[in-house]
Parts: sequence; structure tokens; C-alpha cells
Amino acid sequence: MSIETNETFRPKIVAFCCNWCSYAGADLAGSSRLVYPADVKIIRVPCSCRVNPMFILRAFEKGADGVILCGCHPGDCHYSTGNYYARRRMTLLFSMLDFIGVENGRTRVEWVSAAEGVKFSQTMNEFVEKIYSLGKNVRLEDLRCRKN
Amino acid sequence: MQRIGVFVCHCGSNIAATVDVKKVVEMAKLEPGVVHAEDYQYMCSEAGQAKIDAAIKEKGLTGLVVCSCSPRMHETTFRKAAERAGLNPYMVEVANIREHCSWIHKDMEEATKKAVILMRAAVAKVNLDAPLQPGESLVTKRALVIGGGIAGIQTALDIADAGYEVDIVEKEPSIGGRMSQLDKTFPTLDCSACILTPKMVEAAAHDKITIYTYSEVEKVSGFVGDFTVDIRKKARSVDMDKCTGCGVCQEKCPSKKTPSEFNRGLNTRSAIYTPFAQAIPNVPVIDREHCIKFKTGKCGVCSKVCQAGAIDYDQKDEIITQKYGAIVVATGFDVIKLDKYDEYAYNQSPDVITSLELERIMNAAGPTKGHLERMSDHKPPKKMVFVQCVGSRCADARGKSYCSKICCMYTAKHAMLIRDKYPDVDVTVFYIDVRTPGKNFDEFYRRAVEEYGVHYIKGQVGKVAPQPNGQLLVQASDLLDNKQILMEADMVVLAAAIEPNPDVRRIATMLTASIDTNNFLTEAHPKLRPVESPTAGVFLSGVCQGPKDIPETVSQAGAAAVKAIGLLAKDKLMTNPCTAKSDELLCNGCSMCANVCPYGAITYIEKEVNDHGIREVRRIAQVNNALCQGCGACTVTCPSGAMDLQGFSNRQIIAEVDAICR
Amino acid sequence: MKSQREQAEMIKEISGASPKKCMKCGKCSATCPAFDEMDIKPHQFVSYVVDENVDALLESKTLWKCLSCFACVERCPRDVKPGKLIDAARQMVVRQRGADYLAADEIPNLLDPELPQQLLVSAFRRYKR
Repeated sequence: MSIETNETFRPKIVAFCCNWCSYAGADLAGSSRLVYPADVKIIRVPCSCRVNPMFILRAFEKGADGVILCGCHPGDCHYSTGNYYARRRMTLLFSMLDFIGVENGRTRVEWVSAAEGVKFSQTMNEFVEKIYSLGKNVRLEDLRCRKN
Repeated sequence: MQRIGVFVCHCGSNIAATVDVKKVVEMAKLEPGVVHAEDYQYMCSEAGQAKIDAAIKEKGLTGLVVCSCSPRMHETTFRKAAERAGLNPYMVEVANIREHCSWIHKDMEEATKKAVILMRAAVAKVNLDAPLQPGESLVTKRALVIGGGIAGIQTALDIADAGYEVDIVEKEPSIGGRMSQLDKTFPTLDCSACILTPKMVEAAAHDKITIYTYSEVEKVSGFVGDFTVDIRKKARSVDMDKCTGCGVCQEKCPSKKTPSEFNRGLNTRSAIYTPFAQAIPNVPVIDREHCIKFKTGKCGVCSKVCQAGAIDYDQKDEIITQKYGAIVVATGFDVIKLDKYDEYAYNQSPDVITSLELERIMNAAGPTKGHLERMSDHKPPKKMVFVQCVGSRCADARGKSYCSKICCMYTAKHAMLIRDKYPDVDVTVFYIDVRTPGKNFDEFYRRAVEEYGVHYIKGQVGKVAPQPNGQLLVQASDLLDNKQILMEADMVVLAAAIEPNPDVRRIATMLTASIDTNNFLTEAHPKLRPVESPTAGVFLSGVCQGPKDIPETVSQAGAAAVKAIGLLAKDKLMTNPCTAKSDELLCNGCSMCANVCPYGAITYIEKEVNDHGIREVRRIAQVNNALCQGCGACTVTCPSGAMDLQGFSNRQIIAEVDAICR
Repeated sequence: MKSQREQAEMIKEISGASPKKCMKCGKCSATCPAFDEMDIKPHQFVSYVVDENVDALLESKTLWKCLSCFACVERCPRDVKPGKLIDAARQMVVRQRGADYLAADEIPNLLDPELPQQLLVSAFRRYKR
């Protein structure tokens, strides 16, 4: 696996998780001790529809190598329709990002319910592996932000 | 500038074993705004909270970051601690370094690095936190119970006894649920109807309980304390007030070929029917799909024979809209369909039955008047085989992954009852494990073996083949003897897995209550909040939450009732202050936010604003804090960036992103 | 010579089955039409693989008595696939001992459109001597 062998590159991955399903799913992954790489850092948002495309662009600008958005399953949104909004917005954003050279593999939307700790962990493992295979993100990054 | 205190919890060794907490403290001191940082064994303990209290007072903290377990666990604890020390509770942020860090990472250096980053993100957020004041909302003092089985009835009775109005919505024509179909109950063997019927009568007679049978929940809106629910009362075609329950219509009805749902299709019922004799309410319904009058227009026998003139063919579905403070889900279960289990010949032979069908056969009011007989030729069986775990504990797509919990005990009950009533019947049970955790359960199972001579064989049935002579050839394994068994049986009883009522998915979606992959409703916390849904104001009762026997269901029903009462007893609820807020100077009045708001919380007003000295009347968005639930859909939609979410503002989330990507 | 552990791993790899999922219900043995002829019964076969007791398996009659009807695979509630484990063990024996009984060239003459393909594959592996 590339995760063990590649020592120099540690990606920065931002995961936006909705408070009701995915954040709870991540908690369940934690209490079930389902390991996923430490490169993933979770930001809690009330709903997947709170995630402004700006946040994702900002993450890439600041040097993130991948951004994943997790929400409730379609139909199960705590706010009824939030994840539908998120889905549409992200579809649009991701295709635009792809167009300007941020590969589709660097962005992902996944539905994870509060009961799906296993799915959360699996998703994160897959996503991180994908980011490792894509390597460092160089598009969009504001080089003034880079430290060295 | 904020004055922030950072508190890092060891959580015993849960965090400290993989995260270098001292290092996190050290790094925290370097963060902007942090004036105090310390670590402690258990931050959530009284001593831990005292440290928070002291630091707030001594150092004049204006913000707090606690690096500990998930905010879903202890955010409230720390917010309350802050509030006691005079700090606005919304100035507290929790960095989740347990569930999201120490528990899933093994390498100390890596975990510590991540913990530091999570701490930084939280500090960045607190730096931009503003004090928030929760609003208040009124509580409607009325509860809705969805499902009228034993779980729903018990919950409704308990809530009603506490003095609150309760409505039960039941989709079938009578309340009673699965328990009314059972003959006897384990492990005491008391008659199910004898203990259930009084409860049904009590619920019906209770002046605080309204029962809507033959009704379904159609729409749910609102939130905890203030739900608005549409109930569809399906047309019964019988006037509830006029009907005397004499039953003549059912006798005279010429359409008698519909399989009886109550008797699991073992016999038939008329088109106008009450499911069973003790039905509550004892008012029949006309099944319009099978009624000759509705199919051809020519019949009307029931109307002619009804002396009370209660038959009303023109009745229409009725929608009742009612407000509730709390909703209890008690939708119960059904047994799985056995279509995919060809090896047991369930669809080929009427003598292969499920345990629930056996309950009906054993019941004195059932299709055979309580006589144990084969459904094919109505002869008494001489040899019966019981198969356990049919569809339970399955890893494949045919069955369910979970243990259905009740089958071991009811199979022992059936075997015992049969051996007791018909000592000449030979009973063999094939089992994988006999699971009897419960008071007097194992003793009960042992009695079946020792006193009643039931043969228990560890092994499974691989195949049931109907023979030309009407017998069933059973091929099975005996694992302890390492044998394959071929035996003839007269009846085979399958302990089919139970599954949540198929309607529960629709109901969960309406309530935005979360549901797991097996369609069981998820509880707010698996150990500490087992009768609450994560959705505030929604409570869980009975098998809709997980497999349970009757005593467990009744105790959970009581627990759910107490939780509902606890909510109804409050006059007002504090609302979440993390609501959307529009900047009136930036708002251009485009209405985009109002269009996406699922709660209709955004309205537009004409208001005079002072935009850098220019006074003019503008159309601007205004958020109703009582209605806004804080999802944030509007904030992203807003083209001018006027809309923001308090507590999760654009600047805060960007600060978190920056801290993580730093 | 491979250790028993390596051989057990190989059986799992060839079969694609996961014997650890077995809950010892015995449905495979209840289903098996060749049960009486086997010395190691299907459910035991699974335990032997879990216990890495492979030498006994490779010597057993079961390998050559299994019909590869896969009724056990079909009906196993835990998706353990006992039949595939037996198949895999058989294949290992065949591979270790050399050539198959049937030469590949002989097969076209034996083909019959009615014949299930699985039978040919099984025959290929089974009738070694």
C-alpha cells in the first residue's frame, strides 16, 4: 500500500460532516475503533447544506489535497432537504474544479448515517488512498500560504 | 481579542495513551488568544469542571476550548459549567480528540499532531465566537403515539396517566398489534389476550386517550414541542357513532373469500370485518378492494341488514391536523417473507408454517378453534419439527444479520404447549444456539427438555421435501452426533426472523429520525439514551428500535413515556440560538434564501437602513428565530453574502479550514 | 513443503471464502447429498480450515466425494461457502501431485450442450486416478 511506503507526502484532507448523521457516524467509527488515516480532519457543520463552495475552494487554496463532504442519506436529512441542496451544489462545484485541473478524485460527497461507522471508516480509507495516488495538489494553492 | 482557555482531557487513558496531552497543552499556549492551558484526568468530572470554573474566574476567560470526547457527548456539560462561571455557554467549543483521534490512531506522534491541529481549529473558531442567547418556544401539551400495539398502548397509558392528552394512530382497524395474535406468552404461559385485552379496554376508556384506528400519519412538520401532524383517517365506510358492533353485517356479507390478515392467511374473512372478536373499537371496516358493492355497485347487503343504519358507502378519507409536543414511534414488527427460502418448502406445502401462524392455530379463537392440525388435511400431526434461526443471523442477502431474540423462547413455549396438550406428538427442535438470557428463561427451556421431553438437536435443517403421501421429508444435521438425519414429519414450523414494520422507513423520513441499515430506528445513544431518537422530541418504543420480547417492550414503552412526559411537563423550551441572521446592509432582497428555507422562517420586510450615511428604504430578509432550525441552506444560497449562521459563521468555518490546512 | 498455516491461507485465497464467518449451524451438513460418504463432514471441513488442520483435509475422502453441487454454498446463512473450500483443497492436492486426469485436448469430445460447465471443471479436478 502506498500509505506505508510514501513517507515524505502526508496529505491534508478536510472532511465536512453534518452534525446529525455523518459526525455521529464518525463518532461511531471512533468508539468502534475503526482505524482510518490521521490525515483526515473533520469539521462539524450543522448540515451538509451549510458547506459553502467557498469553504472548499478556501481549503484547496490553503493547500488541502482533498476535501470530502459527508451528509445524511437522501431522504434522511435532519432538515428534510439540506443534503439535496448540497448534492446539487457539489455536483456543480466538482465539475468546475475538474475543469480547472483539480481532479475529481480529490473531491467527494458521501452519505453516511449515524449507524454507519464502518462505512465512514471505509470511505475515509478509500479516499485517503485515492489522495495518496493523486499526490500533492498543486492547482489552486496560493503559494504565498506555503510555509517553506 | 478573546481570552481563551484550553483544557485537555486525558479521559483516563482513553486519550492520554495515544495523545501526548502535555504536548497539546504546550502547543495550545502558542495559539493566538490563548491565555491559559492545562490538562486533567477527567475534564467532565466535578473536579475537572471546577478547574474550568476557577480558570474562567481567575484569568477572566472569554472563550473556552475543551479537547476531549465528542461534542455530542459532553458539549452540554462544558457549556453548563461555563454558564455557571458566568461565561456565555456558546463561547465553548469542543475539539474531539477521542472519537476522531485517540481511538482510531495507534501512532502517538501522529495522533498528537492531529490532536494539536484539531485543538487549533477549535481555538480559531472560539476566536470568532460571539455570545448567543437562546430563544424560547412553547410546548404543546399533547403526545402522538404511532402504532397501537402493546408498545404504543403502554406508552399512551403511561403518558395519559400523567395527565397529558395522547393520540394513538393505528393503521389496522383495531389496536392490539402483534401481541393480540399470540396465544400464550413465555415464560409464564399466561394467555396473551387475557393480559392484553384489559389494557386495550383501559386505553379506549381513558379520557385522555384518543384512538385513531384505520389511520395513518400523512405529514409531519414542526419541531420538538411543536409538531404539526396530518393524520389520514381512512374511510371505514361504517359510522363509528352509530355502529353497535352486533356483527350481523359480517355474518351476512356475501364476499367471504379474502385471506384474513389477522389469521396470517390461514382462513378467510368477509369484506366487511373486524380483525378479531375483542377488536377495539368493535366497529367493522369495509375492505373496498374486496367488497362487491364497491367492485360492481350491486350488493349493499350489509347496509340492508344493519339495524343501526351505520353503513355509509360514501364515507371519504378524512385528514385530521393536530399539534403535538412529543411523538413516540411504536411501529413494531412483522415476520420476514420466506419467498427466498425454497429449501424449507414454505410456499409448496401448507404444512410448513411460521411460528406466528402456529400461534393462530393454537389459539382458541383461531382458524382451527385451537386444535392442533395440519392445514392440508386437518389431521392432527404426530411428528413436528421446529427450525430455529430461519433468516436470523444471516450474512447473506436472504435474511437478517441480527438475532431476532424472541424465537428461542417462543419455540420452547410452542414445543412445551404441544407436548402438554398432545403428549403423543413427537416434537423435535433444530437449533444453532439456544439463547435464553432473561429471568426464568433458561429454566423454562430446560423444563421443555426435561419435563416435557422435547428433543433438541444441535444442527440445522437443510431441506424440507413434501412427499406424495403428504408427509414432509426433513433432511437435517446433528452436529453433536456428527450425523445427517432424514426424518418424516407432519408439520414443520419455521422460526422466521422478525423485521421492523415496512412502514417505518416512511415514518422515519417524515420525522427525520435516523434509521439503520436493518430499518430499526436509531437511538440517541446506544447505552445512555436508548428510548430517544437523535431527533429531539421523537421517542422510540418497542421493536421499532430493536428486537424485544413483551416484558422488555413494556418497560421500554414506560421509559419512552417518561421521556415524553419530561418534555410535556415543560412549559417552554430553549431554542437553538445557532440560527441564521441576515446583514441588512448587504441584503439585496432577492428572495433566494426564502426559497430554499425548509421551514418558511425567512420573510421580507421593507425597512429603512442607513448604508454609510445613505438612508433609504430597502426590501430585506428577516429570519424568524423561533422557526429557524439552523441548517444553513440559506447562507450558501445568498448571492451577496448577507446571510450567515450564528455559531457556524462563514468566517468561523473558514478559520477552521485555515487552521487545519496550516 | 508449505506449512499448514500457509496452506490454510491458500485454501482461503483460492476459494475466496471466509471460514471465520462460520457460526457452526450445520446447515451445510444438513444439505449435503454426499454427507454419508464423507469422512470429514462439510461443517467440520470449515473448522479444519479455521484451525489450520490442513494435512488431515488433504488426506480426506471428502475431497473426492464432494459433488460440487454447491447446495451448501447456496444455503449457508453466513456466506461461508464450504463447497468452495472443499474445491480449493482439492485443487491444491491436484496441483501438488501433478497433472490432471483429463488432458485438455480430450475435453472437446466430451462436450455436450446439456452438460453443466461446473461438472466439467469438477471432473477435471476430481478424477485424478
